[in-house]
Amino acid sequence: MSEKIIEVKDLQKWFPVRRNIGEFFRGEHRYVKAVDGVSFSIKRGEIFGLVGESGCGKTTTGKLIMKLLEPTGGVMLLDGKDVTHIEKEELKKYRRNVQMIFQDPYASMNPRFKVRDVMEEPLIIHRLGQDRDERLKMIEKALKEVKLNPPEEFLVRYPHMLSGGQRQRAATARTLLLNPQLLVADEPVSMIDLSTRAEILHMMKEVQRDLGLTYLYITHDLSTARYFTDRIAVMYLGKIIEMGEPDDVIDRPVHPYTRALIAAVCEPVAGKVNKAKIVPIKGEIPSAANIPQGCRFHPRCPYAVDECREKEEPKLEELENGHYHACRRWKEVQETAT
Amino acid sequence: MEKILRVDNLKLYYYTSKGVVKAVDDVSFSLKKGETLGLVGESGCGKTTTGFALLKMPTPPGRIVGGKIEVDGLDITPLSESEMRKNVRWEKISMVFQGAMNTLTPVYTIGKQMMETLQEHRQMEREQARKRIEKYLNLVGLSGEVVKRYPHELSGGMKQRIAIATALFLEPRVIICDEPTTALDVIVQAQIINLLKDLKEKLDLSFIFITHDLATEAEVSDRIAVMYAGKIVEIGRNGQIYGEEGPCHPYTRNLLAATPRLHEKVSTLSFIPGAPPDLLEPPSGCRFHPRCSVAMEKCAQEEPPLIEIEEEHMVACWRCEKR
Repeated sequence: MSEKIIEVKDLQKWFPVRRNIGEFFRGEHRYVKAVDGVSFSIKRGEIFGLVGESGCGKTTTGKLIMKLLEPTGGVMLLDGKDVTHIEKEELKKYRRNVQMIFQDPYASMNPRFKVRDVMEEPLIIHRLGQDRDERLKMIEKALKEVKLNPPEEFLVRYPHMLSGGQRQRAATARTLLLNPQLLVADEPVSMIDLSTRAEILHMMKEVQRDLGLTYLYITHDLSTARYFTDRIAVMYLGKIIEMGEPDDVIDRPVHPYTRALIAAVCEPVAGKVNKAKIVPIKGEIPSAANIPQGCRFHPRCPYAVDECREKEEPKLEELENGHYHACRRWKEVQETAT
Repeated sequence: MEKILRVDNLKLYYYTSKGVVKAVDDVSFSLKKGETLGLVGESGCGKTTTGFALLKMPTPPGRIVGGKIEVDGLDITPLSESEMRKNVRWEKISMVFQGAMNTLTPVYTIGKQMMETLQEHRQMEREQARKRIEKYLNLVGLSGEVVKRYPHELSGGMKQRIAIATALFLEPRVIICDEPTTALDVIVQAQIINLLKDLKEKLDLSFIFITHDLATEAEVSDRIAVMYAGKIVEIGRNGQIYGEEGPCHPYTRNLLAATPRLHEKVSTLSFIPGAPPDLLEPPSGCRFHPRCSVAMEKCAQEEPPLIEIEEEHMVACWRCEKR
């Protein structure tokens, strides 16, 4: 067992765009570069957060890790083993190790199945448990782990008889049945009410600690990422532009984009109502079909100079103990900020 | 200060086949000129229903069964549907619906859709109408050129701006915004919040800002009303709710504690156990008592009235005392 549970190097996913007739005859291709060279690794027992605005490629990255999509380029290693292009039996084994918690607990369960049937299905598919009784025991154990007590009471319920929080618990229990090593959680709490949101995150953290799980937590919400994760990577237009511990990334951001994101977050404190929010960057995220030359953030960046437009894209550089950023002008950015 | 909107003992019930759902039950509040009042609460607490009730257009099988609504000195409760449509809706009070940006029809240009709304209400020369549309588009930070575009060509933030412009251009006094920033990205959210504040100044508007997010509310609302299970449980000024002493009602306190803060490292966030009650059979006494950590015997029996604990700060809880 290696320390890194999953490692991706220069991962890419390009979706082809329908060409017009001129492009067809000229043999040109156009792509939406949803994920365009992403590298990171997640340590065993770590909660790794992937944050960014919609369209930055965070969900596509999650799907690549789930192997719901085939990568266009790059390498993926699970436990040191190359899993970039695997098929059939190997893929089935991979899926047992890497499970997903979906965003919408209302849509991820068959409404005509009772909780027991919902949970038994993956066991049957993966041929786990000798008979119904043994499977029942496994299901009860998983329900207890997510604090759905007493399990017998929940087994016979239909999904509509559960609250949003209970549903997300049941969905988590279902993924735990297969004893996964890595859980990909794509916005697991964004559809849940605020009062229960903290409860679900708390439960997920407890399960993670008890069972030694590893999470890839995908979200657009920096505040929950701060609370929930051990490490955060900020994505912009298909690339990671800053990565590090939450304390570093959120309290001492380096990249102008991260700074803008943080400035834009609302906080429940007094004395903000009479001030306008300072949003240091302009416009909205451009289309991934048309990524700007040079540093991909330069058209919106207040610090951009000719160098940013003309020279090649800056790579992730380490600032100090595991805090990475991809900005050529980080020194100037910090000077003007202080 | 002058009151632009007054709501007294408003009741809106849904008559379903299973029974009566008291979605808005005895809600009273007022809105001052130039003020933003926030309505917060979990989903199903009746905040959107309250918004619809203010326009007198409850979703069936809902019906307004009691109370009085006064807009700009005019009591709108006895008005008929056609009078509402002609003189009140969008003329005096308008609403930016939740997900309004997705309500634009994909087959018409923005200009055509906006023109339709305008000509429905005003007899206006086309040229004049076009000028008016352009003026309001500029006000929300868009160029007049977007009238030629189709909704799919615009980003979410731009569509939200168009929804706001459409709510504005008959010059209403009060605008109800239902979750105007929820589906947007953080940076766009901040831009929209700035836009609303800016419009409030420029056009002397008053806003009702409905959201589930206490953090957003802290940035936009001068006063905040917290709803739970169809009732207002606490209402106070921004500084009273978010200030040092903080709110008094246990529900507001818990909700605020469950809101993660970006610049504070906490090891555990608190949460409220259980789920909001089924409004077909709301709990007796205080509706929050089954989830409340400081509930007493009295809470299950008697419903607490909304009392003033300090100036402009009202709370409905047996545990709260005058400050």
